[in-house]
Amino acid sequence: MVDMTTLGDDAIAAKGWFKSHKFLILRRLSQLGILALFLTGPWFGLWIVKGNLASSLTLDFLPLTDPYVLLQAMLSGVVPETAAIIGVVIVLLFYMLVGGRVYCSWVCPVNMVTDLAAWLRRKLGIRTTSQISRTTRYWMLTLTLILPLVVTGGIVWELVNPVSMMFRGIVFSMGAAWIMIAGIFLFDLLVAKDGWCGHICPVGAFYNLVGSKSLLKVNALQRQACNDCMECYVVCPEPQVIKPALKGEKKGLSPVILSSDCTNCGRCIDICAKDVFSYGGRHAIKIDEYKREDEINRGVRV
Amino acid sequence: MSESEKKSELNRRQFLGNMLKTACGVGLVGLGLGAYSNRASSMPANYVRPPGALPEEDFLGACIRCGLCVRDCPYDILFLGEVGDEVATGTPYFIARTGPCEMCEDIPCVVACPTNALDHDLKDIEESRMGLAVVIDQESCIAFHGLRCEVCFNVCPIRGRAISLDMQHNTRSGKHALFIPVVHSDACTGCGLCERACILEEAAIKIFPMHLAKGELGKHYRLGWKEKDKAGESLVTPDTEHRYNLPEGVRYDLQGEGLIIEGEAEETPFSSNPLDTLNSGFMDK
Repeated sequence: MVDMTTLGDDAIAAKGWFKSHKFLILRRLSQLGILALFLTGPWFGLWIVKGNLASSLTLDFLPLTDPYVLLQAMLSGVVPETAAIIGVVIVLLFYMLVGGRVYCSWVCPVNMVTDLAAWLRRKLGIRTTSQISRTTRYWMLTLTLILPLVVTGGIVWELVNPVSMMFRGIVFSMGAAWIMIAGIFLFDLLVAKDGWCGHICPVGAFYNLVGSKSLLKVNALQRQACNDCMECYVVCPEPQVIKPALKGEKKGLSPVILSSDCTNCGRCIDICAKDVFSYGGRHAIKIDEYKREDEINRGVRV
Repeated sequence: MSESEKKSELNRRQFLGNMLKTACGVGLVGLGLGAYSNRASSMPANYVRPPGALPEEDFLGACIRCGLCVRDCPYDILFLGEVGDEVATGTPYFIARTGPCEMCEDIPCVVACPTNALDHDLKDIEESRMGLAVVIDQESCIAFHGLRCEVCFNVCPIRGRAISLDMQHNTRSGKHALFIPVVHSDACTGCGLCERACILEEAAIKIFPMHLAKGELGKHYRLGWKEKDKAGESLVTPDTEHRYNLPEGVRYDLQGEGLIIEGEAEETPFSSNPLDTLNSGFMDK
C-alpha cells in the first residue's frame, strides 16, 4: 500500500520539486491559458478568441468546432456551415494525432475540479469505491447520440453537460451551473475515485474514440528500472492503462501505453523517481528494441 | 462442468449482470434527460430568439450553444440561457423591453452562427420574423384614451408599414380623433424597438412569439366577397338589384352615400366651400 503522506517524496528527492511537477504545471498553464484567451475579450476588450469550446473563432480567422456537439446537432438534422466543418476537421486531426483524451487533461476545465477532488481524497484518506463501471461512459455516449434522434428537445445533452456549462459559465455567465460543478466535485471526492471523468463523462468517451489510434503516447521504455513503488497507479486517473505497458515485458507486451483511456496527462512521468515513463510515438517499441540491442552489444546487464 | 467452465459461467453472469445494471442506470438518466428537455424547451413569452432563428424545435437541435452570435452583436443585447433559466441552457435570446434588436443591415449574429441555427438564407433583416408586436393592453395604451403618443409608431424601423395609425372617432370628447396603433404582421419583424419605447410603466405593446401572437382562420373558411372577386360574379344566387320606391330624380346608395337627390347641388344657393359664402360679401349686408 502506498503511503499517502510520502506520495511523491521520492520523485522530489530524485528530480527536485519542479521537475516532478513539470507536466502538472504545464497542464494547468494550458487549461488556464485557453480560458484566458477566451476571457481577454469580455474582460479587457482584447478579442483573441470568441465563442467557447463548442465553437470558436480565433483572431477572426481560425474556426474551431467541437466534433462531439456538432455530431449531436447533425443527428438532430442540421447541415452545418462551412466554417463549422473546417473547424471540426482541424479539431479532429489534432486529437487524432496527440490523443483524444488530451482534451480531458489539457483543455477541459472540469479536470481541474476532479483533480482537486482526487488530491483531496488522497490527503483525507477517503477510500470509498463505487460499483460504477468504466464502460458506463460509452453507454452515456450512446445515450447522448440517440436522444437527439428521438426527443424534440434537440441537443439534449447540452442542457446538462457540465463540461460546456463550466467553460461557458466562466466565459459568459455561470448562473446555477456551479451547483453542477460542486456536485461533480463531491461525487469524485466522496463517492468514487475519478468518478466523473473516468466513468461517466460521455465527452471524454467521445474523445477517447477519436484518439484511439493517436500517435503521441506515454511509454514505459525504462520499465526495467521500475522499483514497484506503485505511486504511478495512485496518481493516474485511468490506472488500468499502466499495467500492460509497465509489467507486460514477460508477456511480450509493448512498453507503450496503448489504451486510448490514457489521457496523456503525464502525471506518471512526473511522479516516477526512476524516470520509467516518457512521452513518445505510438511505435516507440522499435526505439526500445534498438536500445536493448545497443545495451546488449555494449554488454550492459539489466 | 469443469472448474474453469464454472468460473467462466460465473464471470459471464457477473458481466451480464453488471452490464444490465449500467444499461438500466443510463436508461433512467435518458428518461430523466428526455423529460427535462421537454420542460426546458418551453421558453418564457418575453424571451425572443435572434433574427433568423429556426422554429424553436429545430433551433434546439441546431444551436450548439457557442455564443458566437452573442459576441458579434454590436449592441450586446443577446444573453445565453443559464442553468435554472426557463430557456434551454446556453441558447441565445434577448428581452425586448430592456434590449431590443436594432436590426443591423449586415445581420452579424446570423453571419457568426456556425450551424445555421440562425438561418444564413436571411439576407434582408426586414424579412426576419423574431416575433410579432401586439398592442396587448388597449385599456392602458394612452392612444385609446384619445391622447397623442404614437411613440411606437415613430420608433418603428419599418415606420408606417409594420405599425400604422388608424384614426377613429373619439366618442368621449365627441370631436377628436383617436390615433390607434395597428401592427401588421406582413411587415413587423418583432425587433421589439416599440416595446422598449412604450412610455407606460409596463409596455402596452409587446413582442410575442408568432404562435402566441397570431390567430389562424379555419382552413375551410372562405370570405364571400373575396371569392366573389376571384370568380368575377356571385357564387350563389346572383345579386338582386335593390329597388326603392322613390320620387323622380332621387336615388338611394346602399353602400355608403345614402339618399342622393340628383341636381341638388345646383339648386342650393350655397357653395360647398364656406369661404365662398363669406367672401361673397353677404355678411356686409
